[in-house]
Amino acid sequence: MEQASPDPERQLQPGLLEPLGRSDAGLGVAVDEEAEGAREEGSGGDTMTHNNFWLKKIEISVSEAEKRTGRNAMNMQETYTAYLIETRSVEHTDGQSVLTDSLWRRYSEFELLRNYLLVYYPHIVVPPLPEKRAEFVWHKLSADNMDPDFVERRRIGLENFLLRIASHPILCRDKIFYLFLTQEGNWKESVNETGFQLKADSRLKALNATFRVKNPDKRFTDLKHYSDELQSVISHLLRVRARVADRLYGVYKVHGNYGRVFSEWSAIEKEMGDGLQSAGHHMDVYASSIDDILEDEEHYADQLKEYLFYAEALRAVCRKHELMQYDLEIAAQDLASKKQQCEELATGTVRTFSLKGMTTKLFGQETPEQREARIKVLEEQINEGEQQLKSKNLEGREFKFGPMLRNVLARCNPVKRISLQSKCPKTEAQVNKRI
Amino acid sequence: MARSFGDKDLILPNGGTPAGTSSPASSSSLLNRLQLDDDIDGETRDLFVVVDDPKKHVCTMETYITYRITTKSTRVEFDLPEYSVRRRYQDFDWLRSKLEESQPTHLIPPLPEKFVVKGVVDRFSEEFVETRRKALDKFLKRITDHPVLSFNEHFNIFLTAKDLNIYKKQGIALLTRMGESVKHVTGGYKLRMRPLEFAAIGDYLDTFALKLGTIDRIAQRIIKEEIEYLVELREYGPVYSTWSALEGELAEPLEGVSACIGNCSTALEELTDDMTEDFLPVLREYILYSDSMKSVLKKRDQVQAEYEAKLEAVALRKEDRPKVPADVEKCQDRMECFNADLKADMERWQNNKRQDFRQLLMGMADKNIQYYEKCLMAWESIIPLLQEKQEAKKESRFLDGPRK
Repeated sequence: MEQASPDPERQLQPGLLEPLGRSDAGLGVAVDEEAEGAREEGSGGDTMTHNNFWLKKIEISVSEAEKRTGRNAMNMQETYTAYLIETRSVEHTDGQSVLTDSLWRRYSEFELLRNYLLVYYPHIVVPPLPEKRAEFVWHKLSADNMDPDFVERRRIGLENFLLRIASHPILCRDKIFYLFLTQEGNWKESVNETGFQLKADSRLKALNATFRVKNPDKRFTDLKHYSDELQSVISHLLRVRARVADRLYGVYKVHGNYGRVFSEWSAIEKEMGDGLQSAGHHMDVYASSIDDILEDEEHYADQLKEYLFYAEALRAVCRKHELMQYDLEIAAQDLASKKQQCEELATGTVRTFSLKGMTTKLFGQETPEQREARIKVLEEQINEGEQQLKSKNLEGREFKFGPMLRNVLARCNPVKRISLQSKCPKTEAQVNKRI
Repeated sequence: MARSFGDKDLILPNGGTPAGTSSPASSSSLLNRLQLDDDIDGETRDLFVVVDDPKKHVCTMETYITYRITTKSTRVEFDLPEYSVRRRYQDFDWLRSKLEESQPTHLIPPLPEKFVVKGVVDRFSEEFVETRRKALDKFLKRITDHPVLSFNEHFNIFLTAKDLNIYKKQGIALLTRMGESVKHVTGGYKLRMRPLEFAAIGDYLDTFALKLGTIDRIAQRIIKEEIEYLVELREYGPVYSTWSALEGELAEPLEGVSACIGNCSTALEELTDDMTEDFLPVLREYILYSDSMKSVLKKRDQVQAEYEAKLEAVALRKEDRPKVPADVEKCQDRMECFNADLKADMERWQNNKRQDFRQLLMGMADKNIQYYEKCLMAWESIIPLLQEKQEAKKESRFLDGPRK
């Protein structure tokens, strides 16, 4: 209890400031003038004008994936996939391409970036990465990380991840993120220099500790509740979808058997021969059409998965808030008791005999003013922290939901529709041939 | 002009095709066009038979179903223009065995199996009774369409007699009268070699039955898969509803998706029902058909064998008697008649088969198209709902909290 409280308190404060300040502190990297300027302006907090700052200035795409082999930290042979990130600065006025940057990153580096962001922006819902391993697979879908379809879907997911960060008013101004896009070598070192790992570790411990908040903030408990339910409903949805895909695949593939039988049958028929032959052919086409349909649906599933992970990110923020709230309450409690002690000391009357009273009497004779001052500072910090926290949390939360969930749904239908439309012409063709 | 004629033909009870009678509201014009082609050259009919109105009879001894058989005819063999009798499965069975006895050279259409093959189904369930009714109807229509069988006296009795049991008891007497041919057929002669054309038919039937059996299995498997798919789909839809309960603005589109999936599952259910009711019975009928075909083929072989044996016997005694005896000649005649009948029946059967399967596969494709059309419609109907939401969101989303 006691160890947990002061630690996050100190980190949260600079959490926002540090990445911004660090460009000045000097990592020994030349910083783009415009980016620098934007940072300064951005700290003014006018999010609307700089909302899409990076998106406007820079086009980001993950354009390619490549299989590579290399040596890992243990000097063992390993195979991994590298993704080509292309960035291009675009002038507002004439939309001309000024500078093109391209570099390769692997998934673990994306992970590192996200972990870093999580630590430094605890009040922001950091966009999730695409899944590390294929989840909610149905039996024909490859669970292999090197599977070309999987790699392709992950490429899309990684691109979305970068675009989401770039369109976030705060995250897009992060130095490390900028370096991630522009500096291939030494990037890891730059990240490690921020010392985020250290903070992350202690934070993790703090998060794992069980604690109970006395006066939970209703907005956040609601939000937490919502993200819990969202997570469970989406994962249920994905599970059922996987089964639906399995069954649908079965239905189509069994039609493939017709193909063979019809063409065998056609061999013994005279007048019906041609018709049966073509019916068999259409059955084959019908059966194989399912592969594309389900591949399309996989993209829809990926979008659902993104929101599944978003729910997790949302929950993480809520937990961090809860933790902070807890710290706050402990501190407030502390403050109150200390105030009381101060008062008692000042008046010199001890109404109730207590061990604390005894010890302060014994050792704390000369400290009331000092303590008072310290308490003041603490109180200020607490209040400040609380306020900042709340505003940031709200900001992060507002940001996420509206536009994004909508996107998924808007896209979900075309996908479905396409898959259905593609089925129709096939059966129709089958009919026409028979006449 | 031509179209209205075709449509009229379609309504006639005997113009009946499995797909035509079962899907009167078919939205696709494919089937109608097809039936027009088929019925335009149909010969003038003078005998119409319909099986309908199944009724359950519960007696102390047994429980059984009877079906009403309505006959309309202008033929002189029928005293009245219209008859209506009730018959049970046993009676159909009697008719068929009588036909087999009295018309050994002809292909007798198959009856539905006495009990359902797949799974233990309640014999008195509505579904089972209806499937059987359709099959029995088909059986009588096939006989009605046959130029020889439709004039058979037993058939006439079956359609018109108030009490069939009287005739059933006469069975023994009838048997002795008809006995001659039966006896000959069952004589134990061995055939040397089947003529090529009949050998080909035999081979054909073997393969045909085999392939149909496979198709039947595949169809059942598909239906099974579809039902399992349906089960999952029924779970899938409500998940969207659960989700919509969590959302404020998104509730409507999610609810829409849920309803849409619901519509798709209903369409799928209709599809599987149609497959079970229309597709499978036809396959079954033809599988049974190939069996009766084979048995006729066997009888033919017997007749030929008898003829060959007699011929051989005559050849041995040729020196004594220069002339081929009359009974051998008679035997040859019978064989040739048999061959001619069989060939004619086979040809007729092939024609029917071609038409039936064309109908069947068309119907199947048509049903599938209808199914996909329904799904397409369901999905298209919710697109405006989603798009509208998307636009509204652009204007007002950033300011107020998205959650309720």
